Amino acid sequence: MLDVPPMNPHDEEERPDFAALREKLASKQGPAYWRSLGELAETEEFREFLTKEFPRQAAPLQNGLDRRDFLKLLGASMALAGLTACARPPLPEEKIVPYVRGPAEVTPGKPLFYATAVTYGGFAEGVLAESHQGRPTKLEGNPDHPASRGATSAATQAEVLSLYDPDRSSAVRSGGQERSWDEFVDAVQAAVQALPGGQGLAVLTEHVTSPTLADQLRRLQAAFPQAAWYQWDPLHPDNEVVGMRLAFGADVRPVYDLTRADVIVSLGADFLDRGPGRLAYARDFAQRRRALTADTAMNRLYQLESSPSPTGVVADHRLALKPSDIAAAAAALASRLGVNGPAATAPSALPSAVLDAMVADLQAAGGNAVVIAGQEQPPVVHALAAAVNAALGAVGNTVTYVQSPSARPAVHAEEIAALTAAMRSGQVRTLLVLGANPVYTAPADLGFAEALRSVPFSAHVGLYYDETGRACTWHAPQAHFLETWGDARAFDGTATIQQPLILPFYGGKSHHEVLEALLGDPEATAYDVVRSYWQGRYAGDFEAFWRESVFRGTVSDTAAPAVPVSAGAVNAELPQGGDLEVALVYDSAVLDGRLANNGWLQELPRPITKLTWDNAALVSPRTAERLGVDTGRVVTITVGGRSVDAPVLVQPGQAEGALTLALGYGRTAAGSVADGVGVDAYPLRSTAVSFSAPATVSATGRRHQLVVTQEHHALEGTGEARHIVRAGTLAEYREHPDHPGFVHPVAHHEADLYPDFAYEGYKWGMVIDQTVCTGCSACVVACQAENNIPIVGKEQVARNREMHWLRVDNYYGGSIDDPTFYAQPMPCQQCEKAPCEPVCPVGATVHDSEGLNVMVYNRCVGTRYCSNNCPYKVRRFNYLQFAQLDTNATPLSLANNPDVTVRSRGVMEKCTYCTQRISKARIEAANEDRRIADFEVVTACQAACPTQAIVFGDLNLAGSVVNQFKSSPLNYTLLEELQTHPRTSYLAKVTNPNPALERSA
Amino acid sequence: MAVAARRRPLVETNRVIGPGQSFGKIDDTVLTPVLLGVQQTPRWWWIGFGISLMFLGLYLVSIVVLLTNGVGIFGNNIPVAWAMPIINFVWWIGIGHAGTLISAALLLFRQPWRTTINRFAEAMTIFAVVCAGLYPILHLGRPWVFYWLLPYPNTFGLFPQFRSPLDWDLFAISTYASVSVLFWFIGLIPDLASLRDRAPTAFQRLLYGVLCLGWTGSAKEWQRYQRAYLLLAALSFPLVLSVHSIIAMDFAVAQLPGWNNTIMPPYFVAGAVFAGFAMVLILAVPLRRAFGLEHLITMRHLDNSAKLMLATGMIVVYGYLIEIFIAWYSGVEFERYMIWNRLFGDHAIFFWALILCNFVAIQPLWFRRVRQSPLALFVISLIVSVGMWLERFVIIVVSLTKDFLPSSWGDYISTFWDWALYIGSLGLFSTLFFLFIRLLPSIATAETKETVHHYGHEKLDPMEDVREQYYAEVKA
Amino acid sequence: MSTLSVGEAHRTGAAANGLYGLVAQFGTVEDVMRAAEKVKAAGYTRTDAYTPFPIEGLDEALGMKPTRLGWVVLAAGIGGGLAGFFMQWWANTQYYPLIIGGKPLNSWPNWIVIMYELTILSAAFTAGLTMIFRNGMPRAYHPIFNARGIEAASRDKFFICVQSSDPRFDLRRTTAFLESLGPERVVEVEA
Repeated sequence: MLDVPPMNPHDEEERPDFAALREKLASKQGPAYWRSLGELAETEEFREFLTKEFPRQAAPLQNGLDRRDFLKLLGASMALAGLTACARPPLPEEKIVPYVRGPAEVTPGKPLFYATAVTYGGFAEGVLAESHQGRPTKLEGNPDHPASRGATSAATQAEVLSLYDPDRSSAVRSGGQERSWDEFVDAVQAAVQALPGGQGLAVLTEHVTSPTLADQLRRLQAAFPQAAWYQWDPLHPDNEVVGMRLAFGADVRPVYDLTRADVIVSLGADFLDRGPGRLAYARDFAQRRRALTADTAMNRLYQLESSPSPTGVVADHRLALKPSDIAAAAAALASRLGVNGPAATAPSALPSAVLDAMVADLQAAGGNAVVIAGQEQPPVVHALAAAVNAALGAVGNTVTYVQSPSARPAVHAEEIAALTAAMRSGQVRTLLVLGANPVYTAPADLGFAEALRSVPFSAHVGLYYDETGRACTWHAPQAHFLETWGDARAFDGTATIQQPLILPFYGGKSHHEVLEALLGDPEATAYDVVRSYWQGRYAGDFEAFWRESVFRGTVSDTAAPAVPVSAGAVNAELPQGGDLEVALVYDSAVLDGRLANNGWLQELPRPITKLTWDNAALVSPRTAERLGVDTGRVVTITVGGRSVDAPVLVQPGQAEGALTLALGYGRTAAGSVADGVGVDAYPLRSTAVSFSAPATVSATGRRHQLVVTQEHHALEGTGEARHIVRAGTLAEYREHPDHPGFVHPVAHHEADLYPDFAYEGYKWGMVIDQTVCTGCSACVVACQAENNIPIVGKEQVARNREMHWLRVDNYYGGSIDDPTFYAQPMPCQQCEKAPCEPVCPVGATVHDSEGLNVMVYNRCVGTRYCSNNCPYKVRRFNYLQFAQLDTNATPLSLANNPDVTVRSRGVMEKCTYCTQRISKARIEAANEDRRIADFEVVTACQAACPTQAIVFGDLNLAGSVVNQFKSSPLNYTLLEELQTHPRTSYLAKVTNPNPALERSA
Repeated sequence: MAVAARRRPLVETNRVIGPGQSFGKIDDTVLTPVLLGVQQTPRWWWIGFGISLMFLGLYLVSIVVLLTNGVGIFGNNIPVAWAMPIINFVWWIGIGHAGTLISAALLLFRQPWRTTINRFAEAMTIFAVVCAGLYPILHLGRPWVFYWLLPYPNTFGLFPQFRSPLDWDLFAISTYASVSVLFWFIGLIPDLASLRDRAPTAFQRLLYGVLCLGWTGSAKEWQRYQRAYLLLAALSFPLVLSVHSIIAMDFAVAQLPGWNNTIMPPYFVAGAVFAGFAMVLILAVPLRRAFGLEHLITMRHLDNSAKLMLATGMIVVYGYLIEIFIAWYSGVEFERYMIWNRLFGDHAIFFWALILCNFVAIQPLWFRRVRQSPLALFVISLIVSVGMWLERFVIIVVSLTKDFLPSSWGDYISTFWDWALYIGSLGLFSTLFFLFIRLLPSIATAETKETVHHYGHEKLDPMEDVREQYYAEVKA
Repeated sequence: MSTLSVGEAHRTGAAANGLYGLVAQFGTVEDVMRAAEKVKAAGYTRTDAYTPFPIEGLDEALGMKPTRLGWVVLAAGIGGGLAGFFMQWWANTQYYPLIIGGKPLNSWPNWIVIMYELTILSAAFTAGLTMIFRNGMPRAYHPIFNARGIEAASRDKFFICVQSSDPRFDLRRTTAFLESLGPERVVEVEA
């Protein structure tokens, strides 16, 4: 049985008298056991014991919880009491398989890794979950998973925090009071039985790719022929489905192979940071872009987008077009490439020269070119992109159209509309909502909430007691994906079997269990359901297959087969443009709002905008001028009669006339973190408006404080003179690598007063490749998760007191109206001649024998002199008690990394190159009497990076990758004239603009 | 007696010692108010003392709030990790300097006019250092472990890090404080003896008798006394110069643009003397009125202090100019931008305000008429004190807001508690000062008698009669 | 002998007759100076003067040797400075060597400031405290305070004292001698 160990094993507080408990247990015999265990549980010493050992888990006790949950806690505690020796997840007969080690054996202090998968919009991204004595603390990417390739997104990094989120639903609720699971199951079954043949039963799920869930739903429909199953998932690529049907008349989805792509045209696609497959695409894209030497053949990316995105940051040619112009541009491009589609003239924002160059480039590249349409683009753009790819002969080479991994391909907007209609017309008597939150996310014109009231029995199973949960007659807590078994398919169809890392201590149940209960087996566990499904699918040595699949985190040979496609004419209307257009997007951090209650994500400075704790209407400087608004001014945005008030954020690089507003904010029932943060943009969506539409905008008299961690800084002027970001084109690079763009013009005499120290043993160093860094900020959250970095809240961020050890700096090149972007991750530079050290009066920051600039927290008195003297300003100070020191105060402290100190008020902290990981490797190497191998130490930021822009390693190790990077002519250190000799260095950014277009990045 | 003395219409004199002073009379003027009983304590003293206590209360409250919540109650942030606490620290330390300078330097230079003002100037020094010394401790993230800076193998058996200017500060300030107290006390001994001999009540006799350590005033005692006093002066002079130089090194040693200037030490010392004499005047002008000391603290003293203010003030202004020149001359982008930002950036207003206070406001001191007007001096001194505070703000905060990487540029906004602690420290200072003038002679009588013996009857310069007459007319 | 402080002179207990000595009071600096020279000329050695402020030359006039305080202070200063250097050198190179900002362990230029401060600290306190203790202070009692009107010595009168322990002391003749110096008055001081 699982137990969550006490946070501090060394804690010497007196333990309750286990002997007494054992005695009580011993005294009870046979069948009476469970009941009497319940009695036992009522006794004083047990409750006291429980609160001593599991203050967090016992918390539910205070707000009362039902028998099942209670017994679970009981079981956990008994395990600790030594009644059972097994200290591994979960129930004994459920063998889950660690990724790296053999059969589960916990060595205290040594974490185990388990392969599982996180799903966004139904699409799985494989992860390895790090578990300390049965307590998940960190997620890493699964190198064997096609959708992860070892990388993770910022959202994934933050999932562990959501797992322990105390605001998660912890009890079954109905009629405003807490109920038990039994009552819930009874109620649902009763409600369903009342419907002959399931007439009037509707099940609403999110996008289902899970083979098991699909199978259960099929069985449900077999059992209740009249029952209806709807899907609604805001993250589901609806437009793509419609687009594919338009282009090929088939339910397929494109899977790109960017390792083969020489020329990429992105039609409003932020394909490196959004949508299924983003991590894989980023990895492949970077592989064709990294330019350590001048003879590299780089790919070329034309990025057409309304709002600056991580993909735009690495583009060679970036064109800011408002949504309707992107569609027009797509049509123009298509017609130039001989696609029979809607007639269009290239928009003014797309100069003919660029269009010509683009067309020429695509034609030259032919099958090695690819056109990618963005999720937010209307179906016609997807269709056109598909047609162009076909016309170029790219299909089968750079892009493959595979069978949709969806259990039932569907256009979710239509489904939710159909469901609402059915509800309103009274056909739906019983509604079962699995996970989705339609009350908050459904298209506004449907009036889902009010239609829901006409449903006599509605049950919601979700992670949070959210808007929908509150509107339904019943709500039940859902198990987090790290708490239960399950399965899901990746963007390319590859299936993953998800394994739990921990028992649901908020007492949640998985959808599998709920459906199985509906099918008449309330006692079936998710493990049974998933395992039996696959057992049915597999002939042969199932045990081996199961073990292998669970172990690797992927089920072999499940990738979706390619579908032969032939594109005909694209018969579709181009979307109507307008003088002003609103472009809705899912927030890069909190997505459609499902992660809104996650503090790490709320405080994450969003890529490029650097906005935290808010969403805002992004407008270009010109448009802002035209509207007579500035940053912080609240404007009313009206689309088709519905309007939203949102603060403006002036953002260079934003398309003229386009207001980009992120969805997922303005939650009312998401939890203490999310509620009231930002504005809810969903009211602007409707069945007619998916993402963008003409809008009218009027300034209000109100202002709203927006907190950005960085102002916009142009490289021109003083910025340029500081040689912070060095960049050039591939052409310049080839002509003369010592181009001023790459090399500091001032010759540097090594005029150091003192000789350098020689570091004999290990010598750690880092290189950050700006050519491939998109600024997606996954590294920032990874660092936060690994190093127990506290969040400080909006008000403190506004006072420049955010604590991120690693930040991603943003610089702008070119004009303010058409800027190029530079993203520069900024960890501690680990200077060999660190200016921070000599000024510390107590020696709290010193160099270790491997040349690391270490920070001794318990020696720090907090003079903050080191920060003043740090030219890179990478040090962070605990001005107040930001970290939660009382580990019993909140379950969130369960997410803490036990290998990293939690810092107290008044001490300085900073990036340590993940010194705890170095120590771990050092110990292992020492035990095996060998030197640490290359890539044996991987820092958290490095591990998370989708483009592998961060390389870390031992500079004394001949041939190490970090040395290869450092030997590149592009290698330079920041502010080198200060003679600080940083261990962290950067590769100058190289872009590959089309020579035909003189304007270079 | 003192009261009577105040009522008597006085003719301002320009001598180092007013006419018609006798040894006894000095005792009467200076010692009588100290020996007064509680009942006879003048009302103005009670009022002043009461107000001071109120501000002292504010000081204590803000310290409690600070210790319970942490330095986060101040406006400090990253990049501006040092702000008002350090500004006030430097400001107070600066003020202290005049006292030591008057008592030590002027003694070495045999300046007779020091005698009547050195006593309260030294007291001012000590109290200012007390106020200053508390700031570096209070602004720590963890004030309760400040002792880790002390030079012994403390926690983890670790010595402090002797390369850090902050540890230099610790040595400089503690040395400065203790030596100043010693110097002050030794200067007090003969006066304490005369208080003992004048004391009307047994308690006072006992009190001052113990304090004066049984001083008899024998020739042999005087011989050693004078040698020791001279040596202390000779040691205090380089000490006072070193203290503010070291404070300046807190900044000069760092590589931050705007801090990293070799000119910092001399320019900080000049600034300190400048601010110090301003404070001397702020205290002297009301003090001589209150106790009727016009014949002891004469126009001569005010005039000379004003001249010193003018001189040091102009040195400071030179410092400003040289900073700008060097920034341009260095050709370093960071330095040039720092100056541009200082002169025209977001906080430019502070720089120009400082120029107004420290440069424009002292120009009238070129004219004797201004230097001879206590009121004018009082006002100018107040302005200068504000100016010196602004100077530290510009150097510390404005430099920090925009340093090397534009990405980490920030801003600074002070909080209520920043100001509470500052105003409170003023309360601490004035409380101590009121206690001092009530319980101890604010003029060194023995030295004054010596001065009377030497200069009491001769005229210091031929113009004196003319001037005496002139003042008489001015008065009339 | 004559460099003995008043305290020590008193402790010799020469005054068997319970008399500490004779004190002559003068009104002006000039008088007391003149008198002092005469006293010395008359060969008195155990003498001292009590004045409200230091009078230049009075000590020589009474034949006192100059103090050696300066040398003591010099030694103390040098000692303090060396101690400062040793402490820092030892802590950084021997006791707990640490790599700080890539500087050598014994980066002596950094030690100077603290050496300087310690030099002044030890010198200053040596000067002050030596003076106090050599003067026999703090002291709770001194026979001179038995002299009538001596409290004026801290106000505006000047006194010369010839101790009874002086070899040439003779109550009658010494009193006469002192009277001859034109004092305001001469009083006996009992021990």
